[in-house]
Amino acid sequence: MELIKKFKHLFSNISLLGWLIGTLAAVVIEYYWGYDYISYYLGLPKIPVLFGTLIMLKNPIMIPSALAYDIIVYLIPILLTAGVSCNFANFLAGLFEKLPLGLSVLIHLIFFYAILHLWAGINDYRILIIKLTLISIILTVSVNVINGYQGEFSCSHPGFMALGAYTSSIITLVLFVNDKIFGTPLLPESIGPWLFPFALLGGGIAAAIGSLLVAIPSFRTRGDYLAIISLAFMFIIKSAVENLHIIGGARGMGGHPDYAPLPIIFAWTMLCIWVVHNFVTSIFGKALNTVRDDEAASEAMTIKTRKTKVTAFMFGAFWAGIAGGLFAHVLAYINPSMFSINRLAEILAMVYFGGLNSIVGSIVGAVSINVLGEALRPLELFKWIIIPLILIFVMIFRPYGLISFKEIDAKRLLRAKNKNNQGIKDKRGV
Amino acid sequence: MSALLNVKNMTHYFGGLRAVHNYNLNIAPRQITGLIGPNGAGKTTIFNLITGIYTPAQGTITLENENIKGLETNEIAAKGVGRTFQNLALWRHINVLDHIKMAHYSQLAYGLFGSFFNTPACRREETRVEENSYRLLELFNIKQHANQLVTSLPYGAQRRVEMARAMAINPKVLFLDEPTAGMTPDELVQMIKIIKQVHKDFKVAIFLIEHRMKFVMDLCQHIQTLVFGEIIAQGPPEKIQNNPAVIEAYLGKEDLT
Repeated sequence: MELIKKFKHLFSNISLLGWLIGTLAAVVIEYYWGYDYISYYLGLPKIPVLFGTLIMLKNPIMIPSALAYDIIVYLIPILLTAGVSCNFANFLAGLFEKLPLGLSVLIHLIFFYAILHLWAGINDYRILIIKLTLISIILTVSVNVINGYQGEFSCSHPGFMALGAYTSSIITLVLFVNDKIFGTPLLPESIGPWLFPFALLGGGIAAAIGSLLVAIPSFRTRGDYLAIISLAFMFIIKSAVENLHIIGGARGMGGHPDYAPLPIIFAWTMLCIWVVHNFVTSIFGKALNTVRDDEAASEAMTIKTRKTKVTAFMFGAFWAGIAGGLFAHVLAYINPSMFSINRLAEILAMVYFGGLNSIVGSIVGAVSINVLGEALRPLELFKWIIIPLILIFVMIFRPYGLISFKEIDAKRLLRAKNKNNQGIKDKRGV
Repeated sequence: MSALLNVKNMTHYFGGLRAVHNYNLNIAPRQITGLIGPNGAGKTTIFNLITGIYTPAQGTITLENENIKGLETNEIAAKGVGRTFQNLALWRHINVLDHIKMAHYSQLAYGLFGSFFNTPACRREETRVEENSYRLLELFNIKQHANQLVTSLPYGAQRRVEMARAMAINPKVLFLDEPTAGMTPDELVQMIKIIKQVHKDFKVAIFLIEHRMKFVMDLCQHIQTLVFGEIIAQGPPEKIQNNPAVIEAYLGKEDLT
């Protein structure tokens, strides 16, 4: 315990910017020397994609060298650089504190994206994992609006996602692509990427309108009954799409253009987090919580409960639609069975694992379930024993999820951690 | 003086049960009216009928000569009918400050768009609402609890949060449903003080349900006694106190002798 405390104290004055600088150093090292020197001398066949977990599980003899790779490439450079650049980073963070908060957050995000881009640039597998993880974040945050903030148990998210995916796919395929189902494009292909955001918005709006089918019954029922209604909604969408041969039916449709590179998805994810954060911290957003906690009291306090419920559903569904559109364009192929009960289980697992009523929780949940799922892939069948077990333990020890009922406090997160202040606090503590 | 809140011939049934029959009420501005009666007499039903949780089968309800019967509960509340509940209806996961802020919902001057993109108008409004909320917290002496969850507060403080929340909607008439239920004598005295202060500071009319005679006699200028959904007596406190019908309804006949 004492050791951990000492260790913690050692790094207590590294600001977030410091950690980012450290990570950048690690990523740069991997980028330039990872393959040619480090993995070559450690006897690894190639750069370990996910911190070596895949190699370790496939071939246990490789465990020492994969661990050594992690330590040499990630652990040592991050700690060293973050430690050495500590004062500089605090100085910079101090400067940023004087800027408006939004600008400071933007700078940090751009910096973070640069790191992510370098790290993902090593191979396509990493890019795909990050893309899917980011889409999962949008999905999880949007489910959290309905299931966490609004407190309804809605199972219709794959349906919303399908609505968004199909609508935006149809828009892009009809307008910009020469494909089997819709024939020649109506508009020149070159303007496609510029109009892609509108296709996504179209998908989001379609999902939002579809969500009314679930939102209106929610005026009268909640809990288990609404769960069943929303489940029915999901199946309605799925079988409707399966039987619509004009959009490919059960065979699905493909040939999407590559309009969703990493930066686009990253930008949409950050936009989603920002908008949802604004919403849930405003009075209109907190109305979701009050309606969840006591509907009669909310009505008596002038809160429009019906409007609040419709808003929650439409808002959550809108982002699910956006996520669906991005998902379709990442995989370049969709079929109805992608938006079924398996997807629902995955989405709900991410939300309840991460934490209800919290955006940070959703991000943590989406990232950890996605990365765990990929990292444990070599275990095949056992993967589906380990992940549910983890979920069960989380539910036992933290019934509301890992990080619940917490909002992002950007100002605290980004602030400089000066040694002087720390010293004063310590003295007072003694 | 014209009536602030006027209820005429209100009747309501639950299935075959006649819960309220030919109920009349007249509340003048700044008047404190009490509603007493044995358990199950329909007192809370009358509150729910006026505040719009149920819509009465017959009768009219007007607030400042404007019909409010048949409106949604939130619309009636926004027109100036604040209320508290018999069994505290607070929001479990929301802190005290946000309770007060939420009651400003109908007074917000920005829309959903503003709340999505955190526009300057939205920020300005939120600041205004927060300042106003702190003022109310101070008045009700719960400022020190501002960032706590309501469930962690002592009972008396929870009652005060509920009253402060009801005052935040800027009511013209405040409905209090058994404001002293489950309170210690000390808390009771404090509650009387708070209600008197609210009455003085906010210039509201108050309509309250209460069981404790001391409390009712001390506060009210006009008292109605309700038994099985019908008014059996009404008038100033001294008259009600000695009215045989009231005593019979409360204590039964044998106790008289």
